[in-house]
This record gives sequence, C-alpha cells and structure tokens, in this order.
Amino acid sequence: MSAKDEILGRIRTALADTPVTEEVPREYRTTSTMSQEQLIELLVDRLVDYKAGVEVIEAEQIPEFVASKLKDASSVVYPQGLDARWLSALGSEVELRLDAPGARLSVAELDATSAVVTSSAVSVAESGTIILDGQPDQGRRAISLVPDHHVCIVPVSTIVQLLPEAMPRLSITRPLTWISGPSATSDIELERVEGVHGPRTLDVLMVRGL
Amino acid sequence: MTQVFLGMPAGGQGNLFEQEPFPKAAHRELGNTQMRKNLRHATHSIRDKRLKVVGELPDWEALRNAGSTIKNNSMATLEERLLEFEKNFTARGGVVHWARDADEANKIVTDLVRGTGATEVVKVKSMATQEIGLNEHLESEGIDAFETDLAELIVQLGQDKPSHILVPAIHKNRTEVRDIFLKEMPVVDPNLTDEPAKLAEAARAHLRKKFLAAKVAISGANFALADTGTLGVVESEGNGRMCLTLPETLITVMGIEKVLPHWEDVEVFMQLLPRSSTGERMNPYTSLWTGVTEDDGPQNVHIVLLDNGRTRALADRFGRTALNCIRCSACMNVCPVYERTGGHAYGSTYPGPIGAILSPLLTGIEVEENGSLPYASSLCGACYEACPVKINIPEILVHLRGEDVDAKREKHKLPTQMDLLMKGGSWALGKGKNIGLLEKALPLGRLAAGKDKKIKKLPGIAAGWTKSRDIPAPPNKSFRDWWSDEKESK
Amino acid sequence: MRIALFATCIVDAMYPETAKSTVKILERLGHEVIFPKAQACCGQMHMNSGYMPEALPVVENHINAFDTEDYDVAVAPSGSCVASVKHQHPFLAERLGKPELKERAKAVGARTYELTQLLVDVLGITNAAEQLGSYFPETITYHPSCHGMRSLGLGDRQLDLLKTVGGITVNELPEADQCCGFGGTFSIKNADVSSAMLEDKVKNICSTGASACSGGDASCLMHIGGGLSRTGAKPKTLHLADILASTMEETVSL
Repeated sequence: MSAKDEILGRIRTALADTPVTEEVPREYRTTSTMSQEQLIELLVDRLVDYKAGVEVIEAEQIPEFVASKLKDASSVVYPQGLDARWLSALGSEVELRLDAPGARLSVAELDATSAVVTSSAVSVAESGTIILDGQPDQGRRAISLVPDHHVCIVPVSTIVQLLPEAMPRLSITRPLTWISGPSATSDIELERVEGVHGPRTLDVLMVRGL
Repeated sequence: MTQVFLGMPAGGQGNLFEQEPFPKAAHRELGNTQMRKNLRHATHSIRDKRLKVVGELPDWEALRNAGSTIKNNSMATLEERLLEFEKNFTARGGVVHWARDADEANKIVTDLVRGTGATEVVKVKSMATQEIGLNEHLESEGIDAFETDLAELIVQLGQDKPSHILVPAIHKNRTEVRDIFLKEMPVVDPNLTDEPAKLAEAARAHLRKKFLAAKVAISGANFALADTGTLGVVESEGNGRMCLTLPETLITVMGIEKVLPHWEDVEVFMQLLPRSSTGERMNPYTSLWTGVTEDDGPQNVHIVLLDNGRTRALADRFGRTALNCIRCSACMNVCPVYERTGGHAYGSTYPGPIGAILSPLLTGIEVEENGSLPYASSLCGACYEACPVKINIPEILVHLRGEDVDAKREKHKLPTQMDLLMKGGSWALGKGKNIGLLEKALPLGRLAAGKDKKIKKLPGIAAGWTKSRDIPAPPNKSFRDWWSDEKESK
Repeated sequence: MRIALFATCIVDAMYPETAKSTVKILERLGHEVIFPKAQACCGQMHMNSGYMPEALPVVENHINAFDTEDYDVAVAPSGSCVASVKHQHPFLAERLGKPELKERAKAVGARTYELTQLLVDVLGITNAAEQLGSYFPETITYHPSCHGMRSLGLGDRQLDLLKTVGGITVNELPEADQCCGFGGTFSIKNADVSSAMLEDKVKNICSTGASACSGGDASCLMHIGGGLSRTGAKPKTLHLADILASTMEETVSL
C-alpha cells in the first residue's frame, strides 16, 4: 500500500466516530471604524514601533523623498512596473538597476546593490503590516529581500485597519510577502532587536493622492 | 474509553521520547541555577508582552473561538482537506510526498536532495524536521544542513538541544550566546560583545554566503491552505525569506494537521499566532507561496506530508484537539513547571504543557518513556487560558493520566503504593458513612503530630510531601461529627 | 433559601472550622443550611491521578447525594472542588461512556456554587463588613487558587470581598496568579518541581509583611501553610470563609 493510501486509511479509522463540523463563528471584527487620517496615524505608530522610518507625503513629493532616503546608496534596484518618475531625483552617481523579465539580476548582483524601491499592495494599520503580492510595481521576491535597504511606497488609499479587510484585496496564489518592520529577532532572551538577514533598514513613504 | 487504534505507525518516530522519567530529569534541571535564571527572565518578560498585545484586541475571544472551530473542522474532515490541498498544490507545479513516519520522511528528503546533486542545504526553523531528526539523518548521509534561524544556529553551534519550540536557545543568556559564537564561528570579531544587536549582526555575517549560494532549502510550514494549495511560513529574521526565495529547490516538511480549509482562515491565525508567540502585533515577515511561480523563487517545489503519529493522536477523541496546536509556545511561556525545569526535562522536541500531551499522543502512552509526561503539571490551567486555539490541556493531561494508569494496570502484576492508596481512597470517599467511620480516627493523627502540632515525616510515597512541607495536626472532631452533635441533636 | 453545604473531604476532616464558618455566614444572612450526609468527596484526587474506574464510585456518590430536590443551591468553600463538580464530573461520565450520569452531573454542577460566587452573584454581597458583619483586624495577603480563578472564572470576587472586611488590611501578593505547586498528587509525584513552586510562593507571601495568607481553597492553603511552617516563616494561612465569619464579638484569632 502506498504511504498516501495508508495515511488516508489511518485517518478514516481515526475518525470512525465521525466528529461533526460546526459553522465557524466569525464574530471577530471585519470592518473598519476609522477614518483615513486615523488609519494613517495608526499605521505610522505601528511602523515606528517596529523601528521603520516613516514619512507621510504627497504624490508629487515622492522623487524628492526617495532621493533623500537613498542619499547614501550607490546602486538601486527597481521592478519593471515601478513608476520610473519616482526615481527621477536620484543623483547621477546612483546606479539604477532594472529587474525585468528576461533581464533578471543575479543573486550576486542583488547582493552588491545598496537598496531597492518597490510599491506595495495593501497595508494593515492595526498590526503595522505592509503586504507585497508580486505585482509589476513590486517585482519578484528576491529584489525586496537581498539589498539591505528597502524603500517602500504605501499609497494611503491601500491602507485598511484590519487584517480581514486586507484579505479580499490579495490574490492569495501569488507569492506574498508580509512585512512588519525591518528584519528582527526575539531569539536572545525573548527581546526584540532589529536587523538580521532581511533588509536592516525599512523606509516607508505613505503617499496621499496616489 | 479510547478505541483501540489499529493503524499503528511502525518504525522510527524520531525525537518524540523522554530519555528518562520526567521527575528525574526535572530534578537535575532544577539544579541548573543559571538556566533557571535565564528562563525566568525570558518567560516573565514575554508574559507581560503577550498580555499587552492580546489586551489590545477587543475581539480576542472571538478570534480564539473562530480559530478553535476552524481547527476542529479541519481535523474532522482531514482526508478531504489533504486531498484538496494535494490537488491544488500539484496543479500549481508542486510535488506532494507522503510519509508514514520519521524514517520515511527522512528518506524522502534525502533522496530529493541527492537528486539535485547538492551536498549542503540551508534550513529555516521547523518543528517537523526537528521532530523527525532530519539534520542528524542528513549528516549521516553526507549532507550538511545549516540551521539559519538565530536560536537554531546557537543550538547547532553549541552542539546543544532545543529547549523551546519558538526560541530553542531560550535557556542561554546573551553572554553564553556570545561565548558560543566566539568559540564556534570560523570568522568572528574577537571583540564581539554580548549586545543582542551585535550578536544578530554576527549571525548575519556568518550565514550571508550560505544563503546566497544555497541550491536547496528545507522548511517547515505554519499552515497549508486546502482550497488554494498555498503554504505559509511565519518568521522574524528574513532567514525564512532567504530560504524560501533564493534556492532552486525548496522542500517543505509539514505535519498533516497543519492544513486549513479556506484561505480566508489565514486572517484568524495571523492575528492569533504572533501575539501569542513573540508578543508582537505581527511578526516581521510572513511568506506565502502556492506551488511554483514562474520567474520568482524556487522552480522545484516539494512538500512532504508527515503522519508520524498524528493519525494516532487523531484517533483519541479526548486528545485529538492537541493537533489543533499552532506551535505558538504561549503555553510553555506561562507554565510554572516549564519555567522551572526548562524544555530539556521533557525529552521530546515538544516541551512544556503542549509537549506533555502531544508527545504521548503521537507515540502512544504505553510507550514507557512518555508515561510520566502527563503528570508534569499541577493542572493550574494557565496554559489553557493562554492557548490561542483553546486546547483544554489540563483536561487532556488528566485523560492521558487515565490512559497511563490503565496501560500500567495491564502490565503490572502487583499493585503499586499509589494503586493501593487510590483503591483505599475509592472505598473511603465513595460513601459518606465510610469517610465518617475513618474520621473517628482523627485524634490518632493528633498523637502522631506531637507537641508542636505538626506532622513532619510521612512514610512511603507521601514522604515526597513532607520533604518540604509540614502537615497540621488534624482536629479532634470532623465537621460531620460536629454537625451530628450540634445541629442534628438540637 | 435552602442551601446544601458541600463541605469537601479536606475541610470535613482537616478544617472543620471552615465549614462551620460557611454555615455561620449563610445563617447570618437568614438562609437555611443543610448538610447531606451521604456526601464524601468530589473525586478529584482520583481523576487527577488517572484512576478513573476508582473515581467513578466517588463521583457517583457525590451526584447521588446532591441530585435531590431537597435544596435550592449547593455551596462549597472551595473553587477546586466546585470546578471538579462542574467540569470533571461530566467529563468522567463521558469518558466512561455513561451518558445518563453525565446529564445528572451537569444538573448538579449547574446548581453548585463556590462560596464567594454564591455570596456575590446570587446573594448580592458586595460589602462584607456591612452585610455580613465581618471584622478581622489583621494584615493579610491573598492567594487566588488556580481552579477558582481559571476554571470558575472567579475574577476578583474573593479579593474584593476580603477587602471589605472591617479592620482588615490586605497587602497585594506579588505574582499572585502563579500556582502554589500543590496540584494534588503532583506534589508527591513531582515533589521537586512542586517544592520549587512553593518556595517562590512562600517567599512572595513573606515579602508582603502580612500575618496571614488567605484564599478560597483549603487544599492549597494546607500546602502553602505546610511550606510556611517548615521554613519557620511567621505568616499563617486562613480560609476566607473564616475571615468572613469573624466578627467584632467573635473575632477569629490567628
């Protein structure tokens, strides 16, 4: 008998008493009670708590703020779908590296890249979570992982209060990365410290009017 | 009574066993004052954090109720859920393997790694691979497995054993961690301090090249979603993302109980899990992937669905909710026994209150080594209160004690002292007039107590009590007799 | 109201004063107290030690003793024994495949109250000095026993009542919610761990400067008292029923 058949057989035997299933009581909160300004304030609070850098800006300020966050970068990778104007104020000494289908940067090249700029799909204010779902303006997972500095654009229109509100906005079968602050660990004495393998610096630009 | 379970898993079950009875192991660990200090510090600070972030959610109980019901439903329909998951994961380019036990899972993984030609793998922390002893097995097959989670790294470098499911090196403090790094890392700053941030940085430097060059990664999974074929890993450091993203081949080993019916269920567990485990509103990184995504991440994606005793636990209708565990570790963080003995005393990969029920459920209580685990609790109930999926751990502990006593009854020819005490107690406490009769002897106890009205030494198994506690002299007259004399005669 | 006293075996045999105190308090409020003599024990020791067939006659005896129309509610000066009656009795019946017994167990459980549950929730007592005449001019601290706190969800009922006793000073116990390490036969089977837990409890009690530690469970208090006595510590233990029963005229001494 195959392992699969045997395990499934064991399950049938184990459940011979036919336990019943019950309707899941979804009495937890699923709709926001907050205004957009409150959502922004809450998300800022959470991200700051995680030691991320946060700015709340207008759409036209994006190039200026991207440039200021990346003033020490020597090279920046960006996904093909990212609005190229956002990078227009970067100094000429900053090398721009496009990651596109058919023209992928190698892991070694990504490792030699100072920073990455991406957009994001949806953010959950209550838990301070920014979700990337691999759309063209966010790119494949490796580009927001290997460079040590991540500048992430969060349009304020994509902020929700609660995780259950974010779920319908996600295409679950795309590769998803949920980011709540820069990489961190609680492995020494259960105290959180920031900065391990993922980007050690996370800058979030929350943008109105995008 | 639990039905006799016929489909008993045969063969090696890996690291699920006590090496010695719990009281003996506990006695030794209690003497380790540094470890006790470390554990007290860590568990107490996490308790406060957990209470704070749990207290922020007005719907915490509603989330617990939902989480518990989702898990119960998933277990009740496990066969369908697994088949649905297999269909969807396969449709998206993943390959599903099934493993009856630890030995079979180890062999599947080894063959898959061999097939790639790689001789080393990077690993993201996984309880399932710890349970089956995968690293040791790979090593015996000439494949090096590198743990990348900071705490796992500390354990691996220190040639130690994990003592906690979330923070395997919780028994070490920062200075001990620094000493391990200085001794075991091939390239390390000799002036490394014990500042946690510096230690994290040392781990980053140590593992960076491994990540960038790895061809094969091995992971566990926090959940599998049946209706989409999606897998999820919850982590903090980014080592998980490295493993799940950069190598060409990704092999996930996951217990069959981790499957959730619907993708929306993630919204419940991703609120329950981080707050219960690290006491954070959300863990830094969560990755979800569904089979293979062209041009993004590993192109060879496998999952090994592991039984290793889970179907045995499922067959126990009073114990099966132990399978609902989401491995948050809240129960061990609040447990007064765990706090004092540490995780090593429990022998198995799964320590603490959940381990005290899960290990014997997975192996069978009749396995002698695990018979002492269900007694490793004062039944204070702190674990049940903290459990995000409401596993009634104290009730299952009591149930398993019953299974243990029944199993031993059949084995022992002669009754133990405890057997005799319980038999006698059953008679004495089974009728009002019997206890009444015995209570007539209370003045005898006063004689035993002597002048200072304390009993300081008892014989036999009761000597355990008088090792550290006196017993007061009993009264002259029981309440029952007082009632007869004072209330009924008037 | 006609109230059936479930004295519990340990109070009946070892701490009869606590049962008398319970009777006093209820009679003072004008209720009639009866003592069903068929009662013996809730069977918790047997169940928690894994001796289920041996527990059955004990549990059946309790259910037979209390499954009568002879009273309105039952009360026990113990959170642990009441939790056993409410939760463990139906569980044992289910586990041993006795559905009828389970239903009877649930019915008895539904009518059984821990003392402060009855006082606060049913009888509306919120001020012990005013409503019960309680007076106890001592400094105490209070240990909330696990089963009352967690299985019954007593919350602060016991502590709040104690604070309203006349003349009393209640000092907060550090790490109050931590188990004292008793756990029935746990204290024997895992004597070392149990003793380590007790050691911390004793230390915390001594740190309060109280002359007594009170609580709602005689068993935990016997355990704590045994540890205090062995270490020669000054504080005594005293059940909260004894404190609530204490009055200006008849003041309980430590």
